[in-house]
Amino acid sequence: MKHMTRKATRHVNQNEGLIFEKSSPGKAAWRLPPLDVPEIDTAKLLGAAERKDLGNMPEVSEIEIIRHFTRLSTWNYAIDLGMYPLGSCTMKYNPRVNEAVARVEGLANGHPYQPERISQGALQIMKTLSECLIDITGMDAITLQPAAGAHGEMTGLLMVRAYHQSQGNARKKILIPDSAHGTNPATAAMVNYAVENLKSDSRGMVDIAALQAQMSEDVAALMLTNPNTLGVFEQQIHKIADILHAKGGLLYMDGANMNALVGKVRPGDFGVDVMHLNLHKTFSTPHGGGGPGSGPVAIKQKLEPFLPTPVLVTKPDGALGFEYNRSQSVGRVRAFYGNFGMFVRALAYIQANGPDGLRQTTEDAVLNANYIRKGLEGAYDLPYSTPTMHEVVFSDRLQAKKGVRTMDIAKRLIDYGFHPYTTAFPLIVPGALMIEPTESESKEEMDLFIEAMKSIAEEVEEDPQTVLDAPHSTRVSRLDETAAARKPVLRWKPSV
Amino acid sequence: MRYLPKSPADREAMLKAIGLRSVDELFAPIPAEYRLSRDLKVPRQMAESEIVDFFRQRSRENGEGYTSFLGAGAYSHYRPVIIDSLISRGEFLTAYTPYQAEISQGTLQSIFEFQTMICELTGMEVANASMYDGSTAAAEAVMMAVRLTGRRSVVGARSLHPEYGEVLATYATHQGMPLSVAGFGGDGRLNLTELEKSITPETACVLIQSPNFFGTIEDLPAIAEIAHRHGAMLVVSIAEAVSLGIVEPPREADVIAMEAQSFGVPLGFGGPYCGVIATREKFVRQMPGRLVGQTVDKQGKRGFVLTLATREQHIRREKATSNICTNQALVALMVNIFMTVYGKVGLKELAKQNLAKTAYAVEQFSKHGKILFAGAPRFNEFVVETSEDPYAINSRLLGHKMVGGLPLKKFYPELGNAALWCCTELTTRSAIDTAVGLIAERQRSARSAQEKPGVEEVAR
Repeated sequence: MKHMTRKATRHVNQNEGLIFEKSSPGKAAWRLPPLDVPEIDTAKLLGAAERKDLGNMPEVSEIEIIRHFTRLSTWNYAIDLGMYPLGSCTMKYNPRVNEAVARVEGLANGHPYQPERISQGALQIMKTLSECLIDITGMDAITLQPAAGAHGEMTGLLMVRAYHQSQGNARKKILIPDSAHGTNPATAAMVNYAVENLKSDSRGMVDIAALQAQMSEDVAALMLTNPNTLGVFEQQIHKIADILHAKGGLLYMDGANMNALVGKVRPGDFGVDVMHLNLHKTFSTPHGGGGPGSGPVAIKQKLEPFLPTPVLVTKPDGALGFEYNRSQSVGRVRAFYGNFGMFVRALAYIQANGPDGLRQTTEDAVLNANYIRKGLEGAYDLPYSTPTMHEVVFSDRLQAKKGVRTMDIAKRLIDYGFHPYTTAFPLIVPGALMIEPTESESKEEMDLFIEAMKSIAEEVEEDPQTVLDAPHSTRVSRLDETAAARKPVLRWKPSV
Repeated sequence: MRYLPKSPADREAMLKAIGLRSVDELFAPIPAEYRLSRDLKVPRQMAESEIVDFFRQRSRENGEGYTSFLGAGAYSHYRPVIIDSLISRGEFLTAYTPYQAEISQGTLQSIFEFQTMICELTGMEVANASMYDGSTAAAEAVMMAVRLTGRRSVVGARSLHPEYGEVLATYATHQGMPLSVAGFGGDGRLNLTELEKSITPETACVLIQSPNFFGTIEDLPAIAEIAHRHGAMLVVSIAEAVSLGIVEPPREADVIAMEAQSFGVPLGFGGPYCGVIATREKFVRQMPGRLVGQTVDKQGKRGFVLTLATREQHIRREKATSNICTNQALVALMVNIFMTVYGKVGLKELAKQNLAKTAYAVEQFSKHGKILFAGAPRFNEFVVETSEDPYAINSRLLGHKMVGGLPLKKFYPELGNAALWCCTELTTRSAIDTAVGLIAERQRSARSAQEKPGVEEVAR
C-alpha cells in the first residue's frame, strides 16, 4: 500500500463461527423462576398439537453469546466509528439520549391496547411529534402509522388514489423522474398505478417541457424527491406544482432528502400535497443495520379525510384518544399505531436541537456536502455542475479509462477507514459516486475523506490493480455474489 | 448545538475554501419566496436532563407500574438483559443495511443465524431477514400467494387478528383482490364447512392465524387438506412466537407470516416489532424482503452477502416483489439474541410456563365467568364471558393498578360481554387470584359499577 491512510490502522479481530457450531447439549443461558402454579400435563392440554422437538436450535451459555455477538459486531463499520457518506441515506449521529428515553419503563412496556386513560403519556408524545413535523413540513395533517419510508410512500399513494376516487376518477398513472429511488416505482405498482418515466434535463432537474407534455388527466401524481438524488433543489418547483394542479394532479414529495431543508424551507409552502418523512434519516433514529425505520406521511387539508385509521384526536374533555370510524379513510396500513419507539427518539432529537439547532444542522449538512464537492472537483468527474445541497454526485468517468469503476473505488475506500458512498445510483449518472456527509462530520474527518479519495484517484493512475483488488484490509475479501445467487444457501444445516 | 462537531472558525474556513462569503449563498438555489424567515414552531433547545425529565413524566402517565392481562398480538415476556447490552453496541446500532459485505459481516452473519432459527422453529425451508410487523407480513404473504398461483381472491379467517385483517383489506383493495371471510365455530376454531364453501377456483390462498386471535390452536392438517384440495395455498400467521416452543408449527403451510415481538422485543406501545416471512425453497423467488446467503471470498473463506436482490425494488423497480426497503434489522437482532439465549430447551420450558399459568388462570376464571371455546387446545390466551360488562370490570381493576383482558365487542359484537385475557411466564399466581377476586366482587356486592357513571368511557 503505497499511500498510507491517516484514518485507520489494521488491528486484530476475533474469529467466530456460527452459533450453531458452538452448541452442545446441556449448555444453557437461561433460568426460569420456580412455577407458582400447578404443573401441567402438556400432552393432555395440547394433544396432537404438542411439539416434541425444537430441531437444531442452539444450546450455549451466556458468556458465549456475549462473545459471539460482540465479535460479530467488530466486523461491522458504523457511524460510531467514522464517516458513513451514503448518499440519500443520511447517516447522521444517533444520539444516545434517544436510546435512554425510549427505554423508560412506561414507554417501553406500554401495551398498545391499554386503556387510553393510562396511555396519555404515549399519546402526548405522538401529538407533540406530529405538531413539530407538521410545522417542519408546512403541511396540515400527518399520520405516524407507516413503518418505513417505502411504507409511507404506499400510504401516501393510497391517499392520492382515494382522493381522486372521491373526485370521480382514480386516474391511471404516476409520473416518476428517472433519478428516483427504486421504491417509488415499486410503490406505485403496489397501489396499482402504472409508472411513467419522466426524464431529467441537462441540469439534472425535472424537464419542464417533458412534464407539460406528459401531464394529463390520467396522471394521479408526480413523485418527486426534492432535493433530488443529485442533491439538486428543483428550482422550478412551483411551476412543477402548477402544471400538476392545473390538470387536477397531486404533487407527492419523497422526503428522503429532507435533511437539506429542515428549518430553511417547507415543502407545504412550495406546492407539495403529500409527502413522507424518514425518521431514521432526517430525525436521527438509528438505522440498526437496516431498520427499524418510521415513515410518517404529512398531507394538505384536502387529503385529511383519507388518513389511515386510527387518527389521533383531542376529545371534548381534553384527553387524547384515537378515532376509528372515518368513512373515507384508506384503512389501516399496520397493526397498532406505528413504530412508536422511533417517535420517542425523533421527538428527543427535535428537543435537543430546538428551532435554532435544526436550522444550524441543515446549514452544516449543506456546508459539508459543498466542502467535499469543492475538495474532490478535478479529481473526479462532476457530471452536473448545477449547485447542490446536502449531497453531491460524481461519476467514475475519469477512472473508468483505467478500467476502475465506482464499486472498485468504493471498495478501496474501505482500506482507508471509511464506509463507501452510494455506488451506481442515481441511474441517470453512469458510474455514480453519491456522497452525503450529513452535518455530523467535523472538518478534520472530511479532510481525511477528501485526502483518501484523492489518494485513490492517484492510485488509479499509478497502480489500478491495487484498487481493483480492494479491499485488502478486511477480514474477508470481495465475496462471490454470483455464486450466492445461483445456488442460494440461506440457512445453516448440520453436516451429516 | 451539542451534536454538531464544528466551531465557528471551522465553518468560516470551510466557506472560504468553497469560495463563499455566507451560508445563505448555499441556499441560493431555493427561490427566495419559499425560504423560511422565522423559527420553526418546535420546542426550544433543551438540555439532556430536561429531555430525560420530559419522557419520565410521559412514562408516569403511561401505565407505568400496572400489571397487565393484555395480549392480542402484543405480548409481555421477560427480556434477558444481554439483549439491550448487545444491540446497544454502536457497530450494530449505527450501521446501515449491509450492502457493503466486507465491512458488514457482523450484521450479515447474525441475519443468517436469524433466518436459520426461524426455519428451525417454523418448519419452513427459507426465512427472510424481516418485515415491518406481523400484519404487513401477512398481507405481503398473501400477495406472494397471489403471484404464485395466478389466482386473485383470498379467504381469511375471522379468527385472524382483526387489525391484521384490516391491513390485508387495505393492501388488497387496489390490487383487485376479492376477500371473503370464514367464521369460527363453537370451539373458537375456523369453521371448516364455511371454509370449504368460501373457497372457489379463484382462491389464491387461505389465511389463518394459529394460535388464533382467541388463543385457540387451529386444526392445521384439516385446514391444509381443504385448501390444497382446491389448489389454494395455505398462509399461516403466527402472532405469539413463544407458542412455537410447545405447539407444533404449521408445517403444512406454504407460507408462514410471523410476528416475532414475543422474542425479546419490548411492547413499546405497539412498535417497532418484527415481522418475518418463511416459506418453501421453491417459492423463494416470489418472497419479498431481504435475504442473506452464504458464499466465499476470493480466498475461499466463508462469508455472507445480501442475495437474490433481483426480487427487490432497487433492482427491479415497478416489477419488484414488494416495495419494502428498510426493514426491522435491529429488532430482528433482538429476536435473534432471545432465540439464542433460550435455545432448544429453554424455549420449550418457557412455553410450558406460559401454558401452565394460563391453565391455572382458566381454572380460576371459570369459577366466576364462562370460558368460551373450551373445546379446543389453546396456548396463553383465553376468552372469558361475564355477566358484567368487561369495561366495568376493567375499570375496577384499573383502581388496583391492573389492566384486565381486552373486551371483544369492539371487534366481535356477537361475543357480547366476552374479553380476551392473556397470561405469560411473567403473570404471577397472586395477580391471577387478585383479578379473579375483583371480577367476583360484583357478584358478592350489591354495589355494582353501574352506580359510577361513565365507567365504560374510563376503561376504554
